[in-house]
Amino acid sequence: MANTRKTLPDPLTIPEQRTLIDRIIAENRHLPGASMVVLGELQDAIGYISFPMQKYVAQELRVPESQIYGVISFYSFFTTEPRGRHNVKFCLGTACYVSGAPKLIEKAQDVLGIGIGETTDDWQLTIEVCRCVGACSQAPVVMIDDDIYGRVTPAELPKILARYQRT
Amino acid sequence: MRYYRSHVMVCTSPQCVDKGARTLMKRLQEELAAQGLADEVAVLETPHIGDCANGPEIMVYPDRVHYAGLTLEDLPSLVEEYFKKGRVVTRLLSQFRPPVDKELGPPKPKEVRVVLRNCGKIDPENIEDYIAEDGYQALAKVLTEMTPEQVIEEILASGLRGRGGAGFPTGRKWQFCRAAAGSPKYVVCNADEGDPGAFMNRRVLEGDPHSVIEGMIIAAYAIGASYGYIYCRAEYPIAVRTLREAIRQAREYGFLGQNILGTDFSFDLEVRMGAGAFVCGEETALMASIEGKRGHPRTRPPFPAVSGLWGKPTNINNVESYAVVPQIILKGSAWYASMGTATSKGTKTFALAGDVNNTGLIEVPFGITMREIIYDVGGGIKGGKGFKAVQTGGPMGGCLPAAYLDVPVDYESLTSAGSIMGSGGMVVMDEETCMVDIARFFMEFIQDESCGKCIPCRVGTRHLLEILERICAGLGKPDDIEELEHLSSLIRRSSLCGLGQGAPNPVVTTLRHFRSEYEAHIYDKRCPAKVCRALIRYEIDPAFCTGCTLCARNCPVNAISGERRQPHTINQELCTRCGICKQVCKFDAVTVS
Repeated sequence: MANTRKTLPDPLTIPEQRTLIDRIIAENRHLPGASMVVLGELQDAIGYISFPMQKYVAQELRVPESQIYGVISFYSFFTTEPRGRHNVKFCLGTACYVSGAPKLIEKAQDVLGIGIGETTDDWQLTIEVCRCVGACSQAPVVMIDDDIYGRVTPAELPKILARYQRT
Repeated sequence: MRYYRSHVMVCTSPQCVDKGARTLMKRLQEELAAQGLADEVAVLETPHIGDCANGPEIMVYPDRVHYAGLTLEDLPSLVEEYFKKGRVVTRLLSQFRPPVDKELGPPKPKEVRVVLRNCGKIDPENIEDYIAEDGYQALAKVLTEMTPEQVIEEILASGLRGRGGAGFPTGRKWQFCRAAAGSPKYVVCNADEGDPGAFMNRRVLEGDPHSVIEGMIIAAYAIGASYGYIYCRAEYPIAVRTLREAIRQAREYGFLGQNILGTDFSFDLEVRMGAGAFVCGEETALMASIEGKRGHPRTRPPFPAVSGLWGKPTNINNVESYAVVPQIILKGSAWYASMGTATSKGTKTFALAGDVNNTGLIEVPFGITMREIIYDVGGGIKGGKGFKAVQTGGPMGGCLPAAYLDVPVDYESLTSAGSIMGSGGMVVMDEETCMVDIARFFMEFIQDESCGKCIPCRVGTRHLLEILERICAGLGKPDDIEELEHLSSLIRRSSLCGLGQGAPNPVVTTLRHFRSEYEAHIYDKRCPAKVCRALIRYEIDPAFCTGCTLCARNCPVNAISGERRQPHTINQELCTRCGICKQVCKFDAVTVS
């Protein structure tokens, strides 16, 4: 796929984000086992943890860069690249799998023209698969940001996605 | 401390105070005194009961009777009728109905709610709701009337076993940790409920967080710990929020922090979040994660009770184990031990999912049969189809066929049937489920979540998955079954942690109970359940096809052709077997073979 996207500046170079990053580090650096907490909050606040950010966190927490990268590459919640404005997660827990989640994923890829883990050209949507979100009684489940959609059929999926494509 | 038979909570929100709640409260006390009930009924303030739309309102515990729109003139008759004679005054009852918990609903037949007793009943963000349901009374009892040894004795006598899945006696674990040398000691709550299809812990954390917190404080007192962590998975943001608020309130009320309830016992607690690694549900991996490292498990011994978090003695239990502790303390070990079987005491929550009519959370006493769970509690198989298997214990559990429907559900029976209790996921599968495909699905999960530290798990599960994928693709070889069995036993014996040791379970149990399906895939190149795409073909039955063109228009690869009003045909070369034609056909003309 041709890369038609604008490249985004690193969060460290954006003053507001830099302040946020510094605040998160300052608030948590005293905790035992701080790196997980700091990285978790950064992922939440910024949306991803770029390589310059990793280097910066390592320096600030006085731990080797390799340890920070080790943690980031181990846990699936951390990403090193920016994602779309909205995160579409397809639950692949047992109940959802049995209830047809694979067909939903196929549909989403068709409609959006992107693969799993990819982001649409307008930076609106990223699609991902995830482990059980614990809403099995509503399987199959699609989680968009913090909203949960249950008993989704391939036919109604495009309508749901369209809501997020515009905003 | 004085004991009252009844507590009246008067709402003193600004809206209710405007409508005269304070005067009402004073007059109610006077009226109770006048009728000689001042020693039996206590009148207290509370910041919130219903929606305050029809104040002033009161809530009477333990009856949970909610009166609203009270006037001063109502009081004499209310005290006379209700508080003295025990007759509920229906004309004064509140019309306010708290939001119904749709996920949980009222108890289904044969359910016994112990762990879930408060879920959906109390407001999890209001500690007073929990206190009104005898909350933190067990803690008070433990701190003022019991020694740590007595607490451990009580838990031992209750027969409570670890609800995380392995079923180790909780009291024994506490004993080991208490006896271990080292300081400080930690208590950890494992809320990294990662099994797909399981959400029992999420419900307790979101619906009754204080029961877990109280259980942890009691455990801390019993083993002599001063700090605790609740490790919650990142997929549960609401649970984390609820817990943090609950901890804040518990601190405010003096249940956490320095000198709890005025004793010299101090303990505090915080929530740590995971970041999407299934293996972190394994206790040693979980502790590595709290320490800020990659979640790699390590060999045991030493067990966490001896050397856990930062090398210190650590007690680690599941959410459900902690949540039930306060009730065991309050109601006594004999009460708890009266439920269940000889070796598995009490109740267990299960997340019932898959092809049953009533999916959702259930709590049943041990010893109930699988049949009762599926047909009585679960309301039978969806769409009246046949039962094929029930999968218990999450991805490292196993699939049990109909022959095991009457086996009692307890730790030992499930293990001897080849499955495990696990944390309580229970996925019911109907006859349209392919067991080879299910084994492949679980192996994909496990292979993906293997942390990679030990070779049997990292390479072995990958190899198992490759064989299963080949079988599902119609490329199975004659000795594949033997290879699966050999590899499974190897992985089971040589893996480092529970994840690897349990990893072959889905393969082993499906091979044991559904061997003929494997054979059909390998030798006959046939998927009996019509699931595996490479082994099925869709065809249009000309006898039923009306030529409406609906399927042709919906086919994503244009594999269907035919004239309007003439039977259509599917080009097998182009067909991707997505099944859309079957879904859209209004005449049931599409068949699978």
